Amino acid sequence: MTRWPEVFDLAVVGGGNAALCAAITAAEAGAKVLILEGAPLAYRGGNSRHTRNFRCMHRGPMFPLTGAYEEEEYFNDLLLVTKGKTDEHLARMVIRASEECLPWMQSHGVRFQPSLSGTLSLSRTNAFFLGGGKALVNAYYRTAADLGIAIAYEAQVIHVHRDGDRITHLETEIAGQPTTVRARAFVLASGGFQADLDWLARAWGPAARNFLIRGTPYNRGVVLRDMLDQGAESVGDPTQCHAVAIDGRAPKYDGGIVTRLDCVPFSIVVNRDGDRFYDEGEDVWPKRYAIWGRLVAAQPDQVGYAIIDHKSIDLFMPSVFPPVKADTIEGLATQMGLDPTALRRTVDGFNAACQPGPFHPTELDGLRTQGLNVPKTNWARPIDTAPFYGYQLRPGVTFTYLGLKVDTRAQVHAAEGPIRNLWAAGEIMAGSILGQGYLAGFGMTIGTVFGRIAGQEAAAHVA
Amino acid sequence: MSLDMPPKIAPQAEARRQMEICNACRYCEGFCAVFPAMTRQKAFADGDLTHLANLCHNCRGCYYACQYTEPHEFALNIPAALAEVRADSWERLARPRALARLFQTHGTAMAALAVVALAFFFWALAALRPAEGAGFYAHLAHNTMIAIFIPAFLAPLALIALSLRDYWHEVGGGRIRLSHLFQALHAAARMKNLSGGHGEGCNFEDADRFSDRRRQFHHLMMYGFLLCFASTASGTVMHYAFAWEAPYPLWSPPKLLGIPGGLMMVAGAAGLAWLKTKADPALGAARVWGGEMAFILLLGSVALTGLALYAATGTGLVGPLLAIHLATVLVLFLLMPFSKMVHGFYRLAALVAEAGKPAPAGGGE
Ligand SMILES: Cc1cc2nc3c(=O)[nH]c(=O)nc-3n(C[C@H](O)[C@H](O)[C@H](O)COP(=O)(O)OP(=O)(O)OC[C@H]3O[C@@H](n4cnc5c(N)ncnc54)[C@H](O)[C@@H]3O)c2cc1C
Ligand code: SF4
Ligand code: SF4
Repeated sequence: MTRWPEVFDLAVVGGGNAALCAAITAAEAGAKVLILEGAPLAYRGGNSRHTRNFRCMHRGPMFPLTGAYEEEEYFNDLLLVTKGKTDEHLARMVIRASEECLPWMQSHGVRFQPSLSGTLSLSRTNAFFLGGGKALVNAYYRTAADLGIAIAYEAQVIHVHRDGDRITHLETEIAGQPTTVRARAFVLASGGFQADLDWLARAWGPAARNFLIRGTPYNRGVVLRDMLDQGAESVGDPTQCHAVAIDGRAPKYDGGIVTRLDCVPFSIVVNRDGDRFYDEGEDVWPKRYAIWGRLVAAQPDQVGYAIIDHKSIDLFMPSVFPPVKADTIEGLATQMGLDPTALRRTVDGFNAACQPGPFHPTELDGLRTQGLNVPKTNWARPIDTAPFYGYQLRPGVTFTYLGLKVDTRAQVHAAEGPIRNLWAAGEIMAGSILGQGYLAGFGMTIGTVFGRIAGQEAAAHVA
Repeated sequence: MSLDMPPKIAPQAEARRQMEICNACRYCEGFCAVFPAMTRQKAFADGDLTHLANLCHNCRGCYYACQYTEPHEFALNIPAALAEVRADSWERLARPRALARLFQTHGTAMAALAVVALAFFFWALAALRPAEGAGFYAHLAHNTMIAIFIPAFLAPLALIALSLRDYWHEVGGGRIRLSHLFQALHAAARMKNLSGGHGEGCNFEDADRFSDRRRQFHHLMMYGFLLCFASTASGTVMHYAFAWEAPYPLWSPPKLLGIPGGLMMVAGAAGLAWLKTKADPALGAARVWGGEMAFILLLGSVALTGLALYAATGTGLVGPLLAIHLATVLVLFLLMPFSKMVHGFYRLAALVAEAGKPAPAGGGE
């Protein structure tokens, strides 16, 4: 094992949003900082490079945000999605701090743009990054380089060496070469563990092997596992992950945003056996997309099939892969590997249950089926106009909940008390606040707020 | 340098593949006019791609911001994909096409033409030397120059007009209103899109760092060129309307417009050429790199030789410098339809066409 020649004030594990916020903050406070990014340069930035916005409290219009979004409303939105599984004190702290994140991000090179087309509902609550998360990550890496922060790519941290209430060094592999890295303080910001399918399978069951991972293949939770094995306190449901229904043809890893499908409200969704299993029109899509990952995951082979007809094909955002297309329902079934008779039966039953009435694609129109075991309660129009289209759906994992428990100063704790020179930020500790569910844009908020706190605390510790 | 690799698949097919991915993503919406225009359709006809490609000015912001660039299997490279479609559209719509293919791709062809033009003017100066005349008209009579340059200017313009008509048809441009022209000229005059959507410019010469240099050098070039053009035009007016013939003194419109214009063009050309050597050729249409570079150098030489000619007033160098200058101007004029020079026409046409299209839907949930 070789030794990194220098001893740093702070070594930051990870190279995504939380890591960069911590590193920049500490370097600006005068600390000598090293970033250890497990991925190669081309894939730097973890899941942060796939993001598009962060959720930001604000009292009045503030570019690019419209209107106002104040603490109470923000906190209520969080309560709603987490069903109360949050730490109110930490959550309110993050919400309040989010307001000053926006100017901080701008002064460190991040640029914003008005809410993207198709996401108008978020223009008040979420600030969109110009160019998306990779542009944000690039801006932070430029800032980091200007501040003289050392950056190592392909630098996988394998073990965080703990000696009582202190961390002494990291065992890493840098470009395949085992290397010891010494520093006086450490920030862990290595994200979740969603890329470790074995871990997911242990937690969720073998079905998890059929899940697609929407983000980076480099977030394998190695550091999280290592810390848990060493008795660090944990938080968040170990058996759960946040999954949405995405295009079944997406790559196994790193498909990112484009693989999402917004067609469900205008379709019927059947399983492998050609049967419907849930109300596709329960609510508007932004409020329902998050449950469909789970719904599909519970079906045989973890797969679903959305079937639409010509009337609805232009009602939703374009998909990255063109849909399967056929002139008959049977033809579509055959192309998608479904039993034609079964699909025909389901479609006929559904069509017969549809009622006449006005159809409004952009609002809850109450156009519902009558007499079905699994009703469709809005946008229920018969699937009867050729050509017919189909999309295969699979669960795509976005986020894991199990993480390190931290206090308001981002410090990591063992059963005996705080580990004096160790802090955590980002998804690796997000379970403290986001116990279940998901609030769009909150992952980046948690990472920015706690990254900055961790950087400050670490710099103060070594000063 | 000229990279002579033909693209492996039709540029339209590759651009279509990439645009469909962008259309499902849209993260780059704020960078430039391309992405909002893209959201108008779900499927892209060849004409749609021609339109989008001519709205793109190769700032590369959307390349460095993209999470799907190689080694990702989606292999996005929008600046290159659109540059290929753009270069292809200028070639396809030019007449004759073969000339465009030759001069767009091969800087050496442009140099060869310059040598021919030079030889022609040395011959003309020797053979057609007038009996009388002042300044450079002592070397080549005004009427002879007019006889050469008016057709050499108007014929290429006529060819470009024909190409633009086809272009308009291909991109489905509608009826042009004054307000469309106004919007387009306004955008072009400020090079609005070159600001990158955040006022910090392009990602051109230093990977993902933003810089306004490209816009500044392009401004110098464009306004310098317009000043030189105005200088020539004012000379023509003075010649015919006021019978005031060249040479003109320093305090006269042709010189007051031409000297700063020439200096701006030289600085602009030097800057643009330098930036081009710094920028990654893989993010543009690599096969036309040589032609583009030669075109920048040609513009620079037009200005430089013009200035030199003025500086040499009264010396024995006027003759040879005049031949060189006129040769560069002739090549510039003749190659207008077949070189990067057409980009100005197409870009303006694209902005006008865009102003006339229905506003992008802006989606809606
Ligand atoms: C497709 C997609 C879209 C999303 N969109 C949004 C959005 O718009 N807004 C939002 O708020 N959230 C979004 N999220 C969630 C968001 O990505 C995460 O909450 C956030 O990026 C977490 O930031 P982080 O810095 O903690 O982790 P990451 O950005 O994932 O960074 C983790 C880093 O650690 C490195 N690493 C991992 N293991 C090791 C190791 N052993 N040694 C060294 N380095 C290691 C990784 O390479 C990576 O650089 C999205 C997620 C996905 C998948
Ligand atoms: S270039 Fe990449 S990031 Fe930008 S819109 Fe296209 S796919 Fe999205
Ligand atoms: S290169 Fe620049 S101008 Fe061209 S599409 Fe990308 S962002 Fe727009």
